[in-house]
Amino acid sequence: MPMDWIMGLAGGVLIGVAAAIYLLVNGRIMGASGIIGGLVDGSGRHDWIERAALIAGLIIVPGIATFIVGGTETHLTGNWAIIIVAGLLVGVGTRLANGCTSGHGVCGISRLSLRGIVATAYYIGAGGLTVVIFKHLLGVI
Amino acid sequence: MRAFISFLVGSLFGLGLLVSGMTDTTKVQGWLDVFGDWDPTLAFVMGGAIVPMAVAWRFTIGRKPVLGAAFPTPPEPKLGRNLILGSTLFGMGWGLSGLCPGPAVASLSFGGTGGVIFIVAMVTGMMITPKLRSRLDQTAVAV
Repeated sequence: MPMDWIMGLAGGVLIGVAAAIYLLVNGRIMGASGIIGGLVDGSGRHDWIERAALIAGLIIVPGIATFIVGGTETHLTGNWAIIIVAGLLVGVGTRLANGCTSGHGVCGISRLSLRGIVATAYYIGAGGLTVVIFKHLLGVI
Repeated sequence: MRAFISFLVGSLFGLGLLVSGMTDTTKVQGWLDVFGDWDPTLAFVMGGAIVPMAVAWRFTIGRKPVLGAAFPTPPEPKLGRNLILGSTLFGMGWGLSGLCPGPAVASLSFGGTGGVIFIVAMVTGMMITPKLRSRLDQTAVAV
């Protein structure tokens, strides 16, 4: 559906502009897992206000937007076991790899960072394989 | 001031994730589902985000951040076990749920109980990672 692609591109530009502002003004990498992880494990305690402010914006603004526009569904599975396992994998994996889709993907690839490109190749590969196995072979997602 | 910029950045980031459809797990799993009904939206999102960021990186050369001491130095181009193993585990969780950290947080207000459970599990995973990492390092030395 081309309309979805246009919205994807427009949303992507917003994400890229956000990351660009964070880099050029604050001198930081806009990586979601790093920002959250640094708060959680204490490694980012010295600049916790900035991290908390970013997370607050990330939660509040989509909340207000969906409240006004409405009708947003995440279509997340109702299977709690899958949600818990997936959440643990995402938490451990992104912190072990030091980045996720925003840090390695958006910020890393745009810098032509080898680590960012390789990490992205691995998580997309693993994600694709997981969908093939759990959706098409096992039929659980 | 830095905190205000951070709030603004988080707001734009969240709006971008919402507009692009990345808070919808079916779009993410659709992108990963190359053998099913493949959805290319995520490629447009990535492309759209990488372009302004690439310009920003070019702009950092020979300059300083407006409100900071220095730009982040490039990481060592080392592809260690943690990068490969971590990205693989992350990809598995991403494929299972269709959520990565940014959209998971951005959809907290409208993602229901499942979304909250995901965040709790993700944060738990993040909390145990430092311990897990040192355990892995010890095993690597022993092997």
